[in-house]
Amino acid sequence: MKQSDSKKFNGRVIMDQVAIDGAIGRIAEEIVKSYRDDDMIALVGIRTGGIHLAQRLLAVIQEQCVHEVLLGTLDINLYRDDLVGRFNQPVLRTTDIRFDVANRNIILVDDVLFTGRTIRAAMDGVIDLGRPAKIQLAILVDRGHREFPIAADFIGQSLVTKKSEMVKVCLYEEGYPADAVVLSS
Amino acid sequence: MPSSYRHKTSARGKEFLLKPLKESKGLKKNLLTIKSLDLRDIELIIDTAAAFHEVSGRVIKKVPALRGKTVANLFIEPSTRTRTSFELAAKRLSADIVNLSGTSSSIVKGESLLDTARALESMGVDLVVLRHSAAGAAHMLAETLDAGIINAGDGAHEHPTQALVDLFTIQSRGKAVSGLRVVMVGDIARSRVARSNIQLLTKLKANVCLVGPPTMIPSYVEDMGVSVSYDLESSLKGADLVMILRVQHERGQRGLFPNINEYARLYGVTRERLALAAPDVLVLHPGPMNRGVEISPDVADGLSSLVLDQVANGIAVRMGVLYLLGATREAQSLRAR
Repeated sequence: MKQSDSKKFNGRVIMDQVAIDGAIGRIAEEIVKSYRDDDMIALVGIRTGGIHLAQRLLAVIQEQCVHEVLLGTLDINLYRDDLVGRFNQPVLRTTDIRFDVANRNIILVDDVLFTGRTIRAAMDGVIDLGRPAKIQLAILVDRGHREFPIAADFIGQSLVTKKSEMVKVCLYEEGYPADAVVLSS
Repeated sequence: MPSSYRHKTSARGKEFLLKPLKESKGLKKNLLTIKSLDLRDIELIIDTAAAFHEVSGRVIKKVPALRGKTVANLFIEPSTRTRTSFELAAKRLSADIVNLSGTSSSIVKGESLLDTARALESMGVDLVVLRHSAAGAAHMLAETLDAGIINAGDGAHEHPTQALVDLFTIQSRGKAVSGLRVVMVGDIARSRVARSNIQLLTKLKANVCLVGPPTMIPSYVEDMGVSVSYDLESSLKGADLVMILRVQHERGQRGLFPNINEYARLYGVTRERLALAAPDVLVLHPGPMNRGVEISPDVADGLSSLVLDQVANGIAVRMGVLYLLGATREAQSLRAR
């Protein structure tokens, strides 16, 4: 990608490349520790922020263990609770989960945990595909201000933020010059 | 014309005088014609349909996207697959749907289409899917009602969702439409499917050739950017896609050709004729088929036939259209408050 095409960071960098790599490594380690080798596990990245994180997490997990870990992608737009009142319908992308979720341990992966509404929608989305053994949540940044009783099982970094602030996870795969977590007001 | 009759029509026509008919642009509230869509709208509908195609393949074929919305299927003209397709599409989006037909509604008592539609709207219907024998019926409702209108076929004018289904079906077979050699055979003059498909395929730069007896090809149709031929076999040579239109017995096609056997002999698509086309030719037919007339059974059930794909994709595309128009309307009324 040409330098001129690169997106710019807008705000204060909270986590840099090293910190993000470290956080992904810790999450992967915790996931490996909490499952036995014969457990059926699948990582499901939530569009769009969770997809690249899920891919990175999968790569690290596969280095560390013999688990067979599957990868899927979930589009939660059909399950949102704020469709009414939005002027334009969000553009739908395909949910791409090519395995049977029944009796499998599903680990949802997303970049930022904020109100918890996305995760609520994602859980509905997964349950519509079958009855998983367990749904867990891996998150890179937990910034608080929950509006639902939802908590992450694997957290990269907890941040104290104001509700009005914006937390953005910028990843190399999305066209940014480097990985960073950016806080802006 | 008796004077009493003239008086009646002018009273009913008052609506038109207050609000002149104009084409609603794009996908803001209604889907009335292919003509009014731009390439971005078309791409959005097809992409959205792809997402819903995945939903239709699930064990639990239902998502909550249009929960609490009400859709009315107002089919003044009979239909099996379009009505069922819209009904299943609405149900899979968790919308509530009511079905009304010309014979089972107050229309047999002489109520006007507009009054029926207004009554539906007063009951809180968000979207009206209209099939009517008069061209422009959907436009008329769209100009008057706040509810979103989806044209499911108006006379010989347009049938936009069928054309979108056909496009989705072609693209899902990995074919690019640009430069595609399309042969459309049958009663072009009286076919709304043909009119919508010509609009859509020429927008996407396909080479469309219309084939049929001269009585079935409208004059000056070349102005729509298509070519015309009266000989099926010569135009089939090298074709990538054959769109077969139904011989519409119910629209009184006696007089357009001497008899049905001669039509079948000259314009019926058979396996022998299809062999003249490209080896990977695809065959589309909007249904219902007259086997042995416009399409021979071995073509209808052959490997090139996408007839059943069209039916299956119909639900996904209509889910996409309902989804795109459904919540948008809600937002508009909230803003207006």
